[in-house]
Amino acid sequence: MYSEKVMDHFQNPRNVGEIADADGVGEVGNLRCGDIMRISIKVKDNVIEDIKFRTFGCGAAIATSSMITELVKGKTLEEAEEISNRHVAEALGGLPPVKMHCSNLAADALKAAIADYKKRTQQHGG
Amino acid sequence: MRRVYLDYAATTPVRREVFEAMVPYLTEKFGNPSSVHWFGREIRKDVDEARERVAEALNASPQEIYFTSGGTESDNMAILGTAAALRNKGRHVITSAVEHHAALDACLSLEKQGYRVTVLPVDKYGMVDPADLEAAIAEDTILVSIMHANNEVGTIQPIKELAAIARKHGVLFHTDAVQTIGAIPVDVRELGVDLLSLSGHKIYGPKGIGALYVRKGVRLSNIAFGGAQERKLRPGTENVAGIMGLATAVELAVAEQQETYEKLVVLRDKLIDGLTAVPDVKLNGHPQQRLPGNVNVSVERVEGESLILSLDMAGIAVSSGSACTSGSLEPSHVLMAMGLDHQSAHGSLRLTLGKGTSAEDIDHVLSVFPGVVQRLRDMSPLRKSGEE
Ligand SMILES: Cc1ncc(COP(=O)(O)O)c(C=O)c1O
Ligand code: FES
Repeated sequence: MYSEKVMDHFQNPRNVGEIADADGVGEVGNLRCGDIMRISIKVKDNVIEDIKFRTFGCGAAIATSSMITELVKGKTLEEAEEISNRHVAEALGGLPPVKMHCSNLAADALKAAIADYKKRTQQHGG
Repeated sequence: MRRVYLDYAATTPVRREVFEAMVPYLTEKFGNPSSVHWFGREIRKDVDEARERVAEALNASPQEIYFTSGGTESDNMAILGTAAALRNKGRHVITSAVEHHAALDACLSLEKQGYRVTVLPVDKYGMVDPADLEAAIAEDTILVSIMHANNEVGTIQPIKELAAIARKHGVLFHTDAVQTIGAIPVDVRELGVDLLSLSGHKIYGPKGIGALYVRKGVRLSNIAFGGAQERKLRPGTENVAGIMGLATAVELAVAEQQETYEKLVVLRDKLIDGLTAVPDVKLNGHPQQRLPGNVNVSVERVEGESLILSLDMAGIAVSSGSACTSGSLEPSHVLMAMGLDHQSAHGSLRLTLGKGTSAEDIDHVLSVFPGVVQRLRDMSPLRKSGEE
């Protein structure tokens, strides 16, 4: 039911883990099935220098987390914010319809991590 | 790569004897049993003989056996058929929270027709308390439907005791024995049930065939309309090859039941011991009152579909009650009814053993499992309290 690309990312997930001195952390839960994802980012000069994830969820959830970390690494925050769950699903060669909601998890966790980073820098800067 | 199938509760392969019993009816013996000419008459005789063989294996009479398209149809016929036949006697039906959807949803569908449905709770092992049944029976109760053993967690219900309570109150009792034929003894008189469902493809028979036992004197309304087949209760030209295959499958399953039980229990317990030796892996279902081929565990902090996929990559075929695998995105109603928290249901894994299972298969699973769990736990944001 999953594409080869999904299975590749599931089997060999990129950027698993947690950044110890992260600049932003986003954790979101999937309301539909109860899965959880956490993304931590390291930002330098407005660019996502490093990103790591941890996911408790299905194959699609793990693959989309892995894919989103690849997509945004080296991107500016603005570019990263533009990435939607559809982009992630497309980059994976598509997801089964019942699994589209899993890709929201990845996009939402990334947005939450960026929002956390912004909050932190505003506090420091302010 | 070694391939290990541990999903026998989902379906089984057709065994050689069954296949051979079917072939003539897919080829030269193609007649319609309802035909008047010799071509059909000959087939009619064979179908009747198959009915006798199924009846004998269950300790029933041939007139008490109806061939259906499988477990789902048998459950629907039993529940909707009695409800319709007894609608003037009462409109209350009792079932349990761990039934297969074929029975549970058939019961719940009656609510729309103005029936009351009581869904009995289960304990943490998935067991129905006979006292709860006794308390739930009312003036207008017409039917109790409780499965013989559960397909997900393998818990065996005290059917004899439950059926006796129903009988005492003059209420009909149906049981879904789809998972128990060939696994534990199934004798309709000994169990004291009025209706019993079985299915071919769980017992090395073909898919799309099953049977319903209806005790003599029990009145059912037909839920489908058509010809006079199966005494009008299940109209439609008979699945003759399926019927012939089912008869052989039931006969062999029952004849080999004890041998099967003894072989599987040893392998099952080895598997349970090995899996639960991994930290935070817990057995679901009853430790003793359990199908010989069923293992169900919850792997904490790991999601079930990702477990299935990982094991699949190692050649191991199993299933899960995780929300992510359900299509409805709800975790298994069985595990939830047993009081598991959402996360434990999410990380559930079902491994069901059968004829083809060997000790080497179990060893293979046990050699792969710890690494798979570790990998997924390393990836999981959920941490055991005290962990990093
Ligand atoms: C307990 C139980 N009842 C009913 C069924 C449905 O049987 P069938 O697939 O023959 O319709 C199954 C199989 O999934 C089952 O395990
Ligand atoms: S995260 Fe649960 S279905 Fe994908």
